[in-house]
Amino acid sequence: MNAVAAAAPVQPSEARVARRETVAALLRSKTFIAGNLIVGFWVFWAIVGAHLTPHDPLAQTSSVLARPFGHYWLGTDSLGRDVLSRVLAGATSIMKIAPLATLLGVAGGTVVGLVTGYFRGFVDDALGRVIDAILALPLIVIAVTAIVSIGASNATLIVVIGAVFTPLVARTVRAAVLAERDLDYVPAARLRGERAPYIMFVEILPNVLGPIIVEGTVRLGYAIFAVAGLTFLGFGIQPPSPDWSLQIAENYALLAGGSYWWTVLFPGLAVASLVIGVNLVADGLTQVVER
Amino acid sequence: MSASAFEPALELVDVDVAYKVRGIDRQVLRGVSLTIERGHSYGLVGESGCGKSTAALAIVQYLPRNGRVRAGEIRIAGRDVVSLTRPELRRLRADDVSMVYQNPGSALNPSIRVGAQVAEVFTVRGVKKAEALELARGALVKVQIADPGSVLERYPHQLSGGMQQRVVIAMALAKDPTLLILDEPTTGLDATVEAEVLDLVAGLQAEFQTAVLFISHNLGVIAKMCEQVGVLYAGRLVEEGSVDRVLHEPRHPYTVGLLRCIPRGGARKDHGRLDTIAGFLPNLGEELPGCVFAPRCTLAKEICHTEEPPLHALGGGHVSRCHFHEEAEQLPRVEAAQLELPAIERNFEPLLRFDDLGKVFRQHGHHVHALVGVSAAIWPGEALGLVGESGSGKTTLARTLLGIVGPTSGAVTLDGKALEGRLGQRSADEIRALQIVFQNPDSALNRRHSVRRILRRALRKLAGVSGAAADRGMIDLMHSVRLAERYVSAKPGQLSGGLKQRLAIARAFAGEPQVVVCDEPTSALDVSVQAAILNLLVELQAERRVAYLFISHDLGVVRYISDRIAVLYLGRLMELGPAEVVFDGPHHPYTEALLSAVPTIDGGGRERIKLAGEIPSAAEPPSGCVFHTRCHRKVGEICELEEPPLVEVEGGHLMSCHIPIEELRVLQAGRREAATA
Repeated sequence: MNAVAAAAPVQPSEARVARRETVAALLRSKTFIAGNLIVGFWVFWAIVGAHLTPHDPLAQTSSVLARPFGHYWLGTDSLGRDVLSRVLAGATSIMKIAPLATLLGVAGGTVVGLVTGYFRGFVDDALGRVIDAILALPLIVIAVTAIVSIGASNATLIVVIGAVFTPLVARTVRAAVLAERDLDYVPAARLRGERAPYIMFVEILPNVLGPIIVEGTVRLGYAIFAVAGLTFLGFGIQPPSPDWSLQIAENYALLAGGSYWWTVLFPGLAVASLVIGVNLVADGLTQVVER
Repeated sequence: MSASAFEPALELVDVDVAYKVRGIDRQVLRGVSLTIERGHSYGLVGESGCGKSTAALAIVQYLPRNGRVRAGEIRIAGRDVVSLTRPELRRLRADDVSMVYQNPGSALNPSIRVGAQVAEVFTVRGVKKAEALELARGALVKVQIADPGSVLERYPHQLSGGMQQRVVIAMALAKDPTLLILDEPTTGLDATVEAEVLDLVAGLQAEFQTAVLFISHNLGVIAKMCEQVGVLYAGRLVEEGSVDRVLHEPRHPYTVGLLRCIPRGGARKDHGRLDTIAGFLPNLGEELPGCVFAPRCTLAKEICHTEEPPLHALGGGHVSRCHFHEEAEQLPRVEAAQLELPAIERNFEPLLRFDDLGKVFRQHGHHVHALVGVSAAIWPGEALGLVGESGSGKTTLARTLLGIVGPTSGAVTLDGKALEGRLGQRSADEIRALQIVFQNPDSALNRRHSVRRILRRALRKLAGVSGAAADRGMIDLMHSVRLAERYVSAKPGQLSGGLKQRLAIARAFAGEPQVVVCDEPTSALDVSVQAAILNLLVELQAERRVAYLFISHDLGVVRYISDRIAVLYLGRLMELGPAEVVFDGPHHPYTEALLSAVPTIDGGGRERIKLAGEIPSAAEPPSGCVFHTRCHRKVGEICELEEPPLVEVEGGHLMSCHIPIEELRVLQAGRREAATA
């Protein structure tokens, strides 16, 4: 079999070898694998949701605030709902909103980054100032203002987070585009009479996908964070969803007494594990892509 | 170590080096043995990928992590470096060996002042700081830096490339090393700067009695700098001997082939085609039971493929690793049909003309005059060569003609029709007519696009064909640049440098262009590949009567391909004329200096003209004749005050100089006689 490969006209294509090496490096990266296991776990629960949980996450029972490790593994909350079922089912909303918001932000940021990086000059200067202005404000302030004026809904949440991420992603994409546009294949395309959109999206875009993917994964971590934060403040996902931040918001008053910690700790751990998982994936990707 | 003074500076005995790639050891050096006596200079030549740099790295034990010396001994001044411990190795590198690499910009730390960096060479050897700075100043004086005080205070990026390389050489020689390794030290430099750096190294070597290992792909440089030369091919030393013997009576087919690839001795395209070496370098670590060169050798017989040839001693230290070394010089030439080159009719309107072209860039508030009143014309089927140092405006001129950047003043006309300055305003036909082959195909080809996509898109946009017609066009194009059909779905990364450049040429020719700008199309390639690409360009010209604007810093290449030559200096045309006239003289003093700076394999000949100082900044060009600050033939005040006009001094030969042509003829003839005498 080796002999056949050696005799093949084109040697085992270098691009394919490179791709295989990238995949192999990713599979060797413990960070990447661990992150994927965590994220995969939550993706699974986000999809199956309430169908596989031991109890109905919304069903109220008479055993209010039961301690964990008894009949209910992680105890029950003040309405007698099973915390374990609620934690598992709580992945659904956030796992829908955060990725969609990230996708929107990456798509918007890629377009803006390509345009500013390719045209430079006035467009770049003008958009650069706008981006700086947006970056000067904390995300929560912009988001809260927007949501208050438009009204809270999942769609609003996606659009607002996506819009806030756009300039952040644009900055990364622009930097990558600046390096690419100095390469001679860009004037070569112009010398064929290609128009700017073709050059940006067909010639340059495939060459800057690496940084875009890495940036997207990093952004996903922040998006989860943002959704969780806004929901906790009451501007995000609305009840009766068993969302993690909602659970924390509903129950954190109970913490004051020092007891009933399970109603807050387990949903909190769930958010933390998902963010850590996504960041591990991002780290693994960064190490391999930027090596 | 008392005996070490009598030991050779460097001794390699049967050194095998392997790189571990994907779990398998791949041999890069195969039993290399060589000796450099103290105070001697040894040149190592070969094409890229032959193991030259690996040899240098192995000597200082600086191989990448996946590389190791598998067998053999490496001795510097009698000490076996392979068995040294880390601290011993540190001492060795601090005291006995120095290395100078190709790119001085990356050899210097950009955030540390030059003075501190040079002084460090002394402080690591235990000299006090203040004293070290004094010694650093002395070291810079030795490399002929006129103003060491101010250079010490500057950061590396504030120095020119030539100056940076001097600083690196100063650091390398500061410790008076036993062995100095120079790895392509002048490859990125202009011919004039290269000549200065080489003179400097030669002078210092004689003064310090340092042994030098000089690695270069440029045989001219080796001929100038070395006494001994070794030819490396696929990790094996195939021939070794004195420079004179090896370069003039080569006894290995590879050396013979290499020497024939180079356009030299005034070779021109109408004299015949260049020889090439067929085939490719074997893959990294490929098992080669016989002679390493056999697969590409036209003399190879049965035995060459099965039996490793021994080293044949040919007397006088000349050795060759070839079974048939006596026949090597009879290596059959790769004869191709002689080409019918298009006759150039200059009585008609030129194909492309540019009048009084000017380009001003704004840089940090300064106006940089990159082009000033450049006028010339190109006729159909003609090749106009463009030469000059870097920063002389060659590339700006090319890009202005193409419309990639718009001119500040002046006009470009194609076939009698005025062209818009900017590409966006030119018609599709005008865009099609003017194409370019860039210097670096890695940068010019989109690495994510396949050969098929690149060529089909070019055909669609430039020739207006698509569908099955585009497929046929693509195959035709690939045939005409001799790119095998099996590469259609390959991406540029899977092609060798030469194949990539063929693809770039195919793309430029997709729409039957009338003028193709070739911007240093072969400078990133090895000489054997360069020869093949030059042959291809000449063939395409013969077939299609296309005109070339050929930019190159390699004067041998320019002379080979060009019918006329234009010489640029600081964005101004200094001289323009038929190739023979510009090369043979009488020529402009700048052209004269440029030509004298090029090291030739045949050696001797011209004595080098030393140009004073560096090329002035285009932001503040000198008054009068811009060349007067460096001119060796400056006549007096008139040069400083009055800019000489570009006038026709004899038939078709234009020059911008205050010295009358007849006087130049006498002056330069005197030089040539002195040189031959």
